[in-house]
Amino acid sequence: MTFSDCLLSAAASLRSNKLRTALTTLGIIIGVAAVIAMVGVGKGAEQRIDEAIQGLGENVLFVRNGTSVSGGVRGGSNSKVSLTKADAAAIERQASAIAIAAPTVRTTGQVVSGNSNWFTTIFGVGDAYLRARDWTIGEGRTFNPQEERAAAKVAIIGETIVEQLLPGQNPIGNIIRIERIPFRVIGVTRPKGESSWGRDHDDVVFVPISTAKSRMNVGERFRGRFVRDITVKARSADLLDAAEQQIIELLRQRHRIRPGQPDDFYVRNIAQYLEARAKSERTMSMLLAAVAGISLIVGGIGIMNIMLVSVTERTREVGLRMAVGARGQDILLQFVTEAVAVSLIGGLVGVILGFGGSLAAARIAGWPVITSPFSAVVAMGFAALVGVFFGYYPALKASRLDPIEALRHE
Amino acid sequence: MESAVIRTRGLGRDFSVGSQVVHALRDLTVDIAHGEFVAIMGPSGSGKSTCMHVLGCLDTPTSGEYQLDGEDVSRLGRDDLARIRRNKVGFVFQAFNLMAGATAQANVELPLLYSGEPRVERAEKAARALDAVGLADRRHHLPTQLSGGQMQRVAIARAIVNDPGIVLADEPTGALDSATGREIMALLDDLNGRGMTVILVTHERDVARYARRILTFRDGRLITDEAQDRACDAVAGDSPESEASPG
Repeated sequence: MTFSDCLLSAAASLRSNKLRTALTTLGIIIGVAAVIAMVGVGKGAEQRIDEAIQGLGENVLFVRNGTSVSGGVRGGSNSKVSLTKADAAAIERQASAIAIAAPTVRTTGQVVSGNSNWFTTIFGVGDAYLRARDWTIGEGRTFNPQEERAAAKVAIIGETIVEQLLPGQNPIGNIIRIERIPFRVIGVTRPKGESSWGRDHDDVVFVPISTAKSRMNVGERFRGRFVRDITVKARSADLLDAAEQQIIELLRQRHRIRPGQPDDFYVRNIAQYLEARAKSERTMSMLLAAVAGISLIVGGIGIMNIMLVSVTERTREVGLRMAVGARGQDILLQFVTEAVAVSLIGGLVGVILGFGGSLAAARIAGWPVITSPFSAVVAMGFAALVGVFFGYYPALKASRLDPIEALRHE
Repeated sequence: MESAVIRTRGLGRDFSVGSQVVHALRDLTVDIAHGEFVAIMGPSGSGKSTCMHVLGCLDTPTSGEYQLDGEDVSRLGRDDLARIRRNKVGFVFQAFNLMAGATAQANVELPLLYSGEPRVERAEKAARALDAVGLADRRHHLPTQLSGGQMQRVAIARAIVNDPGIVLADEPTGALDSATGREIMALLDDLNGRGMTVILVTHERDVARYARRILTFRDGRLITDEAQDRACDAVAGDSPESEASPG
């Protein structure tokens, strides 16, 4: 009996009882669809967090100014400025867990080139900040120490700014006006893309911090030695906690805060928060995929059940096939083929439904869902395995029937 | 030259039912030559069915020897027995045993499926077999669209499609009315006339009359083995098939 004969005969027998075949496949359909959807959702969540971490820069901590309290009224962040450039320098120099500590100020403003203009965020930073946040220069160059010290009117711009203001031109060497002050573009950052909550990372202009402080409207408070925040890069992910501790100790000492008094700054460890969230989402989606996997196995038990019924019902047919010369292995192959066919059909429909469901979740609920052909292949393979595993016992039972008994079966 | 296609020596088949041993077939020694038409008779429980199962290689004897077509088949395993059934024996059953969902053509092709015949040849052989039983125009009918006699003809076509040499018919007319039964017997007689060895199991004298030799069983033992003249000719005479047969 050739394989194609086997398939044809399996197809004929599955066709002869369509409703039963459909119900049997249903278990596999649900299992496979659930596995694919769950893996897709899990992967999507993971990637979203990965992107967020990437946008942030690896192993980054933010030190922000604390809150003022006057007469019991708390002023929110930056209401009391206390961080200075010197703090940043001290952190970088003295805290062993820290690779970079970069002071920043920030403002927003209109950027103009020729007759195009664009409203964006302007960061007053140094080269250290770009390194801390994992910004790399695509074209041109980064700030040199001279420019950082001398408040040079030079700017590094993001990809979006190039598209908005200087489309189709070589941006390097061009002059753009930021709040009416002309700046020479010296570099363009490599795009980081959009964060999944829609913020465009590349919609940004960097100028030297000294330039921003002296020439731009960054707020009265930040004119002098104070800075808006300090961006810190730890030496490794393991050292994030140590870095946080070291910063707190060092700054409390520098700001002469007595024990028992609250900090006049705070440290935000977003990366760690994101990592923790990534981990919990991963665990969650693994759990869901496991539940879906269990439903696949339940589907397999359904196949086994139906195959056992089918073998009993078709005992006479088995007897006849044996009488006309079928060997045990022919019968075995025939029933296993039927079981595998059922599970593969279920797998195929399940893959389609799983992909459809994932797309729908992405489209309607806006979840970031990532489906891959790989997960389809794995799901189909697993479905086939379920078919073989749960189809084998009933098929073996059929193949071991005694032909005489089988022929007499009513 | 050995002309016996079936040769048994002291063949026996015991069954254990609980603590009891039932001797369904005892000490059968018989030779059946190529081209014979033999009827096996006896009351229920006489061992005639067991005899047919053993001769048809559906069952293995517990004692004695059995040579089929010169090959000792009394100690063969399941797969080898399947091979013998596939190549040398065709079965016809009382209840036809056709596959309900398959056309006449597909039912007849079934044995060829297991002998690994290519699809085209399968179709050709099945068509020829259906032609031989007079059902060339019913090839694509399902069993439910056929009469009892036609179903049994399909079953006979299935039995001969592999050109097996021996046809074993177990009460082939048992589910048919007497006129249709006579047609089926005439068809078997016709096959026998073309050189096929036909072994018939029946408890009806009228049916056994078509055979040229009658083996009678009682309590698992062969008690009489008698040749008979063409006593059946008078009965078969009214069917056109038997007139056409070379007899």
